[in-house]
Amino acid sequence: MPLPYYVSPEQMMKDKAEYARKGISRGRSIVTLEIRDGILLVAENPSTLLHKVSEIYDRIAFAGVGKYNEFENLRIAGIRHADIKGYSYSRGDVTAKALANAYSQALGNIFTQDIKPFEVEVLVAEVAEGNGSRNEIYHILYDGTIEDERNYAAMGGQADEIRRFLKDHFREGLPLDEALQLGVRALTVTQNKTLSERDLEVAVLDRAKERRKFRRIPPEALSQLLGTQR
Amino acid sequence: MNDQRWQHLFRDYADSSFSELLRRDSPHLFPGPETHPPSGPAPVEAVPHGTTVLALRYRDGVIMAGDRQATAGYQVASRRIEKIFKADDLSGVGIAGAAGPAMEMAKLFQTELEHYEKVEGDNLSLDGKANKLGQMIRMNLQAAMMGLAVVPIFAGFDEKAGVGRLFKYDITGGRYEETNYDSQGSGSKDARDSLKKLWKRHMSRDDALRVSLEALTSACARQSSPTARRPETGASACRCRITSAPSR
Repeated sequence: MPLPYYVSPEQMMKDKAEYARKGISRGRSIVTLEIRDGILLVAENPSTLLHKVSEIYDRIAFAGVGKYNEFENLRIAGIRHADIKGYSYSRGDVTAKALANAYSQALGNIFTQDIKPFEVEVLVAEVAEGNGSRNEIYHILYDGTIEDERNYAAMGGQADEIRRFLKDHFREGLPLDEALQLGVRALTVTQNKTLSERDLEVAVLDRAKERRKFRRIPPEALSQLLGTQR
Repeated sequence: MNDQRWQHLFRDYADSSFSELLRRDSPHLFPGPETHPPSGPAPVEAVPHGTTVLALRYRDGVIMAGDRQATAGYQVASRRIEKIFKADDLSGVGIAGAAGPAMEMAKLFQTELEHYEKVEGDNLSLDGKANKLGQMIRMNLQAAMMGLAVVPIFAGFDEKAGVGRLFKYDITGGRYEETNYDSQGSGSKDARDSLKKLWKRHMSRDDALRVSLEALTSACARQSSPTARRPETGASACRCRITSAPSR
């Protein structure tokens, strides 16, 4: 009879983390910026149909990097959480904090209990309502680690370099077009290529909009916003 | 045997439906027979009922309008009730019948459409929306037999066909498409008579609004209950909202 093999918990966690990190670092990145009129999400994504950024609820958006089927599952779970909560209480009671906590719990459980961890990082952003409250951006890692970010956030393959770049270049209260150009520059910081509007997926949580603040920016409008600089 | 692990993913076509989700995950929140008394008629005079809603087609889409009154038996229950609900950017529901269940149904329907749109990344077709509302009304049949009937009007702009369309329902969820105009509720007969005289093909938005206000006014004027409002208050309380127009 073969002996049951033993792997120390430290080693197992280390292996899993390395596996997840490797998967995530292969993918393209996403940048989130707080701008004058809300929150901007810029993703490098050549597909126009498979979204990385999407709407969760009135003031809440979702972004995911890594393995598509895994963050798509998380996205739908988030929409269900938000819609049921909003239906049973009121629309104002749906918050990014509760959702980010749920994601953190889910990813943490998967990381410790499943053989294969999720190779994803997700981001939950909530735009402020105006009266003194402020924007909230939560970044949740593959092992359930949760961080709240201010001003900007980056995740995906080149997240560290992008974060360093944004630390030097981010300014508060940027208008949409300038913020978008900054975001695109941040995405290309490690690469010798330019991103056109066809390689980008861009959405804003627009404070000026009624009720549902999430708005995708179509490629035509995107080239206009980017073209102002070129 | 091994197939069962993934084949259910394809059978689960109702995965983007909020009402299915609610029924599965939180049945206690689902409006249905369980939440109503199991037998015996409900005390109708204790439950506010909506009076009149209407919908009519005009050049660029559909207009929905309703008065703001609800009655409970012979009493005015509310003068400020809302009967026209925006279902999504391109469609609306006007409620008539028992106000409580009707408003709950409108809220569930709104969430249903929004949920589908977010999960699928695409809108339901207008026929799909109308069909879904019919199913919701059918699920209310048991309550309807006890006197808590919900009979909404659904109208919206059909993006594929490029026209406004409107549907009425009966208590069993039967769905009937009307071509030009229709009205529902206790004042619907007078409103329909008035619309029959005034409605014209290719009306402008302003003309159509005027026609709908006039129809509501005549419906208010003919209310037979002792507390029926005078027509002028009826008209001024009417609120119209454009639910769908391609220009928007």
